[in-house]
Amino acid sequence: MSTKIDKNTPVQDMTIAGNIYEAGNAMEFKTGDWRSIRPKYISEKCTQCGLCFPVCPDNAIPVGKDQKRTDFNYDYCKGCGVCAKVCPFKAIEMVDEGEK
Amino acid sequence: MWEMIYIASSLRLPIVMSLVNRAVSGPLNIHCDHSDAMGARDSGWVMLFSENNQEAYDNLIMAHRIAEHKDVLLPLMVCQDGFITSHSIENIELIEDDKVKEFVGTYHPEHYLLNEKEQMAIGPLDVQSYLFEHKYQQAEAMRNAKKVIADVAKDFEKMTGRKYSFFEEYMLEDADIAIVCMNSTAGTAKTVVDELRANGVKAGLLKVRMFRPFPTEEIAKALGHLKAVAVMDRSDSLNGAGGALFEDVVSSMYVGQKQVPTVSYIYGIGGRDTTSKDIHEVYSYLQEVVDSGKIDNPYRYVGLRK
Repeated sequence: MSTKIDKNTPVQDMTIAGNIYEAGNAMEFKTGDWRSIRPKYISEKCTQCGLCFPVCPDNAIPVGKDQKRTDFNYDYCKGCGVCAKVCPFKAIEMVDEGEK
Repeated sequence: MWEMIYIASSLRLPIVMSLVNRAVSGPLNIHCDHSDAMGARDSGWVMLFSENNQEAYDNLIMAHRIAEHKDVLLPLMVCQDGFITSHSIENIELIEDDKVKEFVGTYHPEHYLLNEKEQMAIGPLDVQSYLFEHKYQQAEAMRNAKKVIADVAKDFEKMTGRKYSFFEEYMLEDADIAIVCMNSTAGTAKTVVDELRANGVKAGLLKVRMFRPFPTEEIAKALGHLKAVAVMDRSDSLNGAGGALFEDVVSSMYVGQKQVPTVSYIYGIGGRDTTSKDIHEVYSYLQEVVDSGKIDNPYRYVGLRK
């Protein structure tokens, strides 16, 4: 059973208790709009040391097959700032949401 | 514990709990009143009340079939008075194990967490777009419970000959004045009704068994002909007005367009004995209301030292 349920689904088509009968669905829940400050990735300072992505509590730092991180995925970043705190090279800077 | 009570019902887990009603402290008290049950009355559990140990036993045997019914899937608590019935000795009629097993049946949930063939998430984040609908589903399940409770009681009667309705009416049909209450005090009230009837007073009793869902229409119909009603709560809602059962009865009457002078009585808090003398006092006041046509104070106490 994998009926898609979203904010337009009428009550009679919803599963009871909000149960979800499939795995891997957290990807569909985009929490990036909770953010009030955002991490800025300064790639020229990044040494690919690999300290930032394990501390990300969500899925906001993509790492490729080459083991290298790329720019943030803002669909999931809530702006917690843990990555900026852990970066020894100041390659991540927290800026107000809306700033460039 | 309180949040867990809500989690159990919102996750639609048909848990059956035997709630031996005791006071919620403080100051420290573990004796009988209904403040524990009343605190949980909006938590989405089906709630059945029991006058004595026979009823508690019978309600518990019916409980699983009600809770596990696919139209319900809600947890259920069977309430009985702490100490007054729970710690007293009483002869009850037991049912043979094989008959009980056959009656209760086996629960086969459609979805469950340990099913290796179906991955399942239980209790996920339920934000603004979803919780309203899930609460409505619970409300619908509670409305459905009414029919299921009636059906299960019919089957139970076939097995045992013991009949259970949403509430018990004792000498109520031709009564002028009546008490509404739950659990063991109903037994005391029946004795008092008998005494009053012997003296020509048309007293009656309505003992609520099914408190959640609340049988609003049926109660309005059963009480509509009376000249005065006292609703007795063994828990004070501390709302500056009447008890929880009183509120439910009064709103049932109002919505059912039945106008009967009704008073709230708080009694038996913290295990205070409620004697036949106390119940006589309540009926006497009701008679006074009928005779005078006036209620001086609808929010009353009985058994309180003043």
